[in-house]
Amino acid sequence: MNHHSPTVAPAPSSGANVGQETFVLNLGPQHPATHGVLRLKLTMDGEYILRAEPVCGYVHRMHEKMGENRTWAQFLPNTSRIDYLSAMHYTHAYVAVVERAAQIQVPRRAEFVRVITSELNRISSHLLWLGTFLLDLGAFTPFLYAFQDREQILDLLERVAGARLTYCYYRFGGLCADVDAEFLSRTRDFVGYMRRRLDLYHKLVTENVIVRKRLVGIGVVDAEMCRRYGATGPVLRGAGVAYDVRRAEPYSVYPELDFKIPTYPEGDCMARYLVRMEEIEQSLRIVEQALDLIPEGPIQAQVPRALKPPPGDTCMAVEAARGRFMVRVVSDGSEVPYRIKLRTPSFANLSLFEEASRGLLLPDALALMGSLDLVIPDIDR
Amino acid sequence: MSARLESLVADFAARFGALPSSSEPGASAASGQVTVQMLDFSRRGLHWEAVLPAERVVDAGRWFAERGFALDTITGLDWLAEAQMEVVYDFFHPVHFWRAAVRTRVPRAQPELPTLSEVFPGAAWHERETHDFFGIRFVGHPNLTPLLLPEDAQFHPLRKDFTP
Repeated sequence: MNHHSPTVAPAPSSGANVGQETFVLNLGPQHPATHGVLRLKLTMDGEYILRAEPVCGYVHRMHEKMGENRTWAQFLPNTSRIDYLSAMHYTHAYVAVVERAAQIQVPRRAEFVRVITSELNRISSHLLWLGTFLLDLGAFTPFLYAFQDREQILDLLERVAGARLTYCYYRFGGLCADVDAEFLSRTRDFVGYMRRRLDLYHKLVTENVIVRKRLVGIGVVDAEMCRRYGATGPVLRGAGVAYDVRRAEPYSVYPELDFKIPTYPEGDCMARYLVRMEEIEQSLRIVEQALDLIPEGPIQAQVPRALKPPPGDTCMAVEAARGRFMVRVVSDGSEVPYRIKLRTPSFANLSLFEEASRGLLLPDALALMGSLDLVIPDIDR
Repeated sequence: MSARLESLVADFAARFGALPSSSEPGASAASGQVTVQMLDFSRRGLHWEAVLPAERVVDAGRWFAERGFALDTITGLDWLAEAQMEVVYDFFHPVHFWRAAVRTRVPRAQPELPTLSEVFPGAAWHERETHDFFGIRFVGHPNLTPLLLPEDAQFHPLRKDFTP
């Protein structure tokens, strides 16, 4: 049998040799497989991992302290720089928590534009993950295809938001600018284009025998482990739980749109791969419906220039590309937040790595790490 | 508000001997009383929150774990004027639309409370982060070393009297 099939090491430390034949392997903080500055301290028995301890904080910027030193509006650009691949979702959570605290009603057209741009962002994030994940596994070609497709989305979003990555497009009570007819028609074209490309990805990647040998049965994370660590997003859905904040804690106009929550019960790397690929299709469906339903009208509500949410705590969660992103804000009634807590999906999803990687071969642990889709600034904040 | 959610909250209140909800959440925590308050989700993003004394948060965490809740996050808060620190535990449910929070306060001069990491292993990192930022000590934690701050950090940046 090939050596990829077993996921558990043969009891590595038995008898008198305990502690004598292990060694510590340092991975990172500069390593291509960690996609940023993350370090892993690996205790190895040959090629098997006994213990993998993530060492975080290399890109810690103390966003939460910055939030206590500027007005509610001035913190907005920070939120697109936490998970920089999921900026629309993060700014959405922050504007929505302030809208909830200050009870601001958002015009319907603005909500539909938020949904369209958020779902485009989700697709671009999943495409970047697809390319880099396969690059981790040694496949170079899909990376080039994925980046070419992602480029189409970046062009679309740059047209309306002015930025290609760190969007600051949503504002308290609406948007900073309306979308034009050309954006809407080009987005519709993109939906058809991306569907054809998905077929190509399935032929090129999903059915590829090498990919299957690297992913099927590897790095199993079950639903109970997800619950104990608070893991969400494709990691939880890849463990068979149909949890999606868009459905679980409905916000914006998602309740009016029809979409499926893809799940796979296996909990392995392949399940997480398939969940994300199907999510691209579901995001396309959402975009298509939102394009049909988007009404004319204002895109910005009247919001006081010096915003002072009433005193108290308010929470808001959104489904970001990597899972549940929750913001808890505490207002003391002034123009400056008393506390902003950022609960990020990568943080919780990485925290299970030590348990999930125990007994894996090193290359399988790298597949597991890639399948978690980590963004390091999202962990370190 | 669904009937199931109401009976769930009633169960929690009975288990922890909660008094009728106080109008000021957090006000009675230091005196060892337990309060449970229903909230308007559309305004607060939570269905209910409870205030407990610090020594009962592990029991509360166990109550949530037994009902299939996941720990969302742990939030520290520095109430400098009141000489207290607050710790907020957020819970979400992977199946039901139930959002809850448990709050507790500890004296600012001796900010200590038991660790929740035996109930939720995911709490270990959240507690390390809260220790980094506030200097709140989680007693019984397996590894309360800096997670996000430098390994030799001697400061707690989210304390309100912190100056860089």
